Amino acid sequence: MSSGSLRMLPPAGRLARLRRGGSPGRQGAPGELGSFRLIERHARVYRHAWLVFASGVFEPLFYLLSVGLGLGVLVGKVPGPGGQLIPYREFVAPGLLAVSSMNGAMYDSTFNVFFRLKYAKLYDAILATPMRPAQVALGEIGWALLRGTIYAVAFTLVMLGLGLVHSWWAVLAVPVAVLIGFAFAAVGMTGTTYMKSWQDFDYVILASMPLFLFSATFYPLSVYPRVVQVIVECTPLYQGVVLLRDLTQGVVGPGLLWRAAYLAVLGLAGLAAAGRRIGKLLLV
Amino acid sequence: MLIRGDDPPQTPPDHGGATRPPVPPRPPVNGGVPRPFGLSIRAFRCWLTVYRRIWRSSIWSSVLGPLFYLGAMGFGLGSLVDARGTASLGGVSYLAFVAPAILASSGMNTAMGEASYPVFGSIKWNKIYIGAQASPLRPADIFRGHLMFITMRIAMNAAVVTVFMCAFGAARSPWVVLAWPAAVLTGLAFAAPIAAWAVTVTKENSFAYLFRFGMMPLMLFSGTFFPLSQLPSWLRPLAYATPLWHGVALCRALSLGRADLLGALGHVAYLAALASIGIWAGARTYRGRLYV
Repeated sequence: MSSGSLRMLPPAGRLARLRRGGSPGRQGAPGELGSFRLIERHARVYRHAWLVFASGVFEPLFYLLSVGLGLGVLVGKVPGPGGQLIPYREFVAPGLLAVSSMNGAMYDSTFNVFFRLKYAKLYDAILATPMRPAQVALGEIGWALLRGTIYAVAFTLVMLGLGLVHSWWAVLAVPVAVLIGFAFAAVGMTGTTYMKSWQDFDYVILASMPLFLFSATFYPLSVYPRVVQVIVECTPLYQGVVLLRDLTQGVVGPGLLWRAAYLAVLGLAGLAAAGRRIGKLLLV
Repeated sequence: MLIRGDDPPQTPPDHGGATRPPVPPRPPVNGGVPRPFGLSIRAFRCWLTVYRRIWRSSIWSSVLGPLFYLGAMGFGLGSLVDARGTASLGGVSYLAFVAPAILASSGMNTAMGEASYPVFGSIKWNKIYIGAQASPLRPADIFRGHLMFITMRIAMNAAVVTVFMCAFGAARSPWVVLAWPAAVLTGLAFAAPIAAWAVTVTKENSFAYLFRFGMMPLMLFSGTFFPLSQLPSWLRPLAYATPLWHGVALCRALSLGRADLLGALGHVAYLAALASIGIWAGARTYRGRLYV
């Protein structure tokens, strides 16, 4: 690794200016900017790996292409949110957006956080500064969301370009995708603080794969027997899939607010837990 | 990093003790009795020891992963596809169509997972290779031993998928027992070249590209989830050239009992050639990286 990517605090630039003009109480509370400093750190690190960052856009594109060329032809039309028959690609695209939000957030908040926690010792360094554990949690999740927002915007634009969007409500697809990311990033980060080794990440895959496959992403809920339907309706990714599918198809009702609230509560609970766990792990 | 010459030293270092009896020189590696695997079996046993401690977590994803995929794709999505008619699949149910493809791609996925980060990490993170290199093992032994372990993992995961295929009635012919080694060969055709390359990698970002631009498109466009005849004609030759397509076509022909000898031999030859190139190249790249 070059010395450039190891340098976390730049000698000049925005951070230095912030510090000069920042709050006088550096010894006490670090102020609200703490978590933004972590985000700035990640942004600076990723300048050296921007291609990895940018190539994340291709993944949903490959999926959409494969559905459009292949599975869509095999499946034909399926019942959409309002009961009307819609082409399979319109059915599956919002599901893929939800999945990619979940996967991106989980990846950032599990593998990457674990690496920073155990190997890069980033948080040990951070907590030697006035930053607090809760700000670390917020900063990590904030970064995951920022990344997720960029991917969600790209995905929504691709959907728009392919003519898979039928309502102005689809503008809300981006914030909803970010909300899905928030819920899973917070929960994933809390889980990461309990991890002992890379082997434990098999459990992350074990949790995310059934959500990915069974949350009515690839086929309507109606193919399941009633018992399985009830179980799926209780899982978090299903809420996200329904939210996005209804918004892009323009079938909107007040019930969607409950689904959004579910995800928000999950995210906030995870955020609180993650902050406490990081403090417990590192401030001893 | 350790500094070594081109060849392992034939005499151990002098410990300075005059009373110490001279240590006999290390027996020439692979000399005397010809052993097909040489010392690589030692490297393999090292990985087995590691695996004995961590198998519990991986067994869940090895067993439940294919179960979930077969359930969601074969039964869930299959119910939609079958309702519309399966003439383009050759008249078989979607489950029977997709299950051998899941078998072949499980070989590829295990290979990519086990031959990328673990190989890289054995130099950079946990330094298993560096430790092994201080022993009589040559880089080629380290490579072949690790490759044997990867092949074992591929065979384990592929066996699970094959068992599920038979249990769900997705296999249409007793030839399916040969689909299992076919999937292992598919995995090896990926594992050997990828391990040979992974040992030369210096930044782990490279693996993100491998998964994003290698595994993902192969998984989606190699005739796995839909027949290649649906691809635009200009894209089809590209798909025919990919190793995963050969693995999928071979496994599918065996599982459906539609294999013809010449076609099957062609697929096997292609995959075996890739694996051999990887095994040949790996001995060289490992040597280049580990003897510095």
